[in-house]
Amino acid sequence: MAVSTATPTAAPAFQLEGVGTRRRVVNGVMTVLVVLAFVLAMTPLISVTWSVIAEGFKQLSPYFLTHSMRGVVGGAETGGIYHAMLGTVLITLAATVISVPIGLFAAVYLVEYGKGPLARWVTFFVDVMTGIPSIVAGLFAYALFAVLLGPSAKFGLIGAVALSVLMTPVVVRSSEEMLRLVPNELREAALALGVPKWLTVVKVVLRTAVAGLTTGVMIAIARVIGETAPLLLTVGFTDSINRNLFEGRMMTLPVFIYSSWHKGYVPCNAGDLACNTNINFERAWAAALTLIVIVMLLNLVARLIARFFAPKTGTH
Amino acid sequence: MAQRIDVKDLNIYYGSFLAVADVSMHIAPRAVTALIGPSGCGKSTFLRTLNRMHEVIPGTRVEGTVAVEGVNLYGSDVDPVAVRRHIGMVFQRPNPFPTMSIADNVLAGVKLNNRRMSKSDAADLVEESLVGANLWNEVKDRLEKPGSSLSGGQQQRLCIARAIAVKPQILLMDEPCSALDPISTLAIEDLMQELKDEYTIVIVTHNMQQAARVSEQTAFFNIEGTGKPGRLIEMDDTRTMFSSPAKQETEDYISGRFG
Repeated sequence: MAVSTATPTAAPAFQLEGVGTRRRVVNGVMTVLVVLAFVLAMTPLISVTWSVIAEGFKQLSPYFLTHSMRGVVGGAETGGIYHAMLGTVLITLAATVISVPIGLFAAVYLVEYGKGPLARWVTFFVDVMTGIPSIVAGLFAYALFAVLLGPSAKFGLIGAVALSVLMTPVVVRSSEEMLRLVPNELREAALALGVPKWLTVVKVVLRTAVAGLTTGVMIAIARVIGETAPLLLTVGFTDSINRNLFEGRMMTLPVFIYSSWHKGYVPCNAGDLACNTNINFERAWAAALTLIVIVMLLNLVARLIARFFAPKTGTH
Repeated sequence: MAQRIDVKDLNIYYGSFLAVADVSMHIAPRAVTALIGPSGCGKSTFLRTLNRMHEVIPGTRVEGTVAVEGVNLYGSDVDPVAVRRHIGMVFQRPNPFPTMSIADNVLAGVKLNNRRMSKSDAADLVEESLVGANLWNEVKDRLEKPGSSLSGGQQQRLCIARAIAVKPQILLMDEPCSALDPISTLAIEDLMQELKDEYTIVIVTHNMQQAARVSEQTAFFNIEGTGKPGRLIEMDDTRTMFSSPAKQETEDYISGRFG
């Protein structure tokens, strides 16, 4: 008999099994779980956003944003948060001015120069600093200035120092990651052109990473702009506008929210239509909304900066 | 003016590991010298010592001398930055600066060094360098576009333009065509033939045909085994190396019996 080269009765050479019942069930259950987890995570976020917007708009007005609380008493629907916005912006700006250079230089050291024990110690302490409770940072700043200026010192810069203690490790960490993302080939390309190392770092590494660095700084700002405890401790509160970071108490939005809420209901005489018994709560909500809007605006600016500086790709 | 390179008793270390041992060679000016050998034999490492790029990696060091026209690059009073300005380098993967336009990439050596240059001088330098790298006709209408918008082969020629814009005497190329398609490879090989009139060119390549096509001199590196240092086995005219090499090892490698 001749050997047959093909057996027509044999199974097809290529065969695929269907998806088994078990896999179908597991897939279904897992999909439901993942969606549930997502909904669960989103619920408080949406709820908070909704409450803040709904409650916040009751008092939010141009008048509210351009006036302080100086001389406002009782349930009068006057007064505003200009002084608190100013304080928040000034103190956060000062904290940024202090911590961004320190953080950025530390990150450049760690990525470009740091080898050996010092770099390991810096990394370790940055990690430790990330976990410092904000009140401890406040106490540190308070104690530092108490030693220098006496125990009753309370002004904006102390708060900025407290915030920068919280902000610096965040800046170091995020900048470090961004700098490590810059391809080594770009450093070598610059060095091979006879560019000194420091110019390579400044004009190639930092320039390439600037979009990510900006985002990192924004994250750090968002991290500290809502801090209450250290500011309560170091800057205190006031009803008046104070533009001077170096003298006198300042109001900030988180502290304003806290102190307004703390004041509670206003006792109103029956029939006094100008008296709003809930005014303090409404002001707190409006201030909270303002704080969120400020953070969002900062984020928007950061995104624009990041887009402007981002490495250009493609043919547009 | 192209310049000659004399390497004498060069030992190259990564930390305490001796990566390349005891290399001595003469590299002729106005010619292409190819370095060939199996992966890991230290030819790229050797190339990087010729413009002191090797020491960019922490913990590395070099013994022996690399002399350009008699001046030792590793002399105690020599600035590595000046060495790299004098000896340009093109890397395996095209690496134009992503934040810069085509023109700015060519001018990178000037701009990154904070040197001032008039607009017309800059434009002249851009044109001269891009013409030199055979890229001018392809990009002259879009010099303001980002360098990363070019194709791989064009990017590599942009990197060559960038390297020759700082007017080096010597050009080192570390597998410049290994990431490119055959047409771009041909363009770069043609370019090497033109550039060798003005520059001393040293090229590392894995492609034996390329070494045979473009170079006047070929040096063969080999390694005895993992953990052992790479060594220069022999160096000769390319024609001799590919027809009747002195060492059996070289012939085995060139004829494809290993590596």
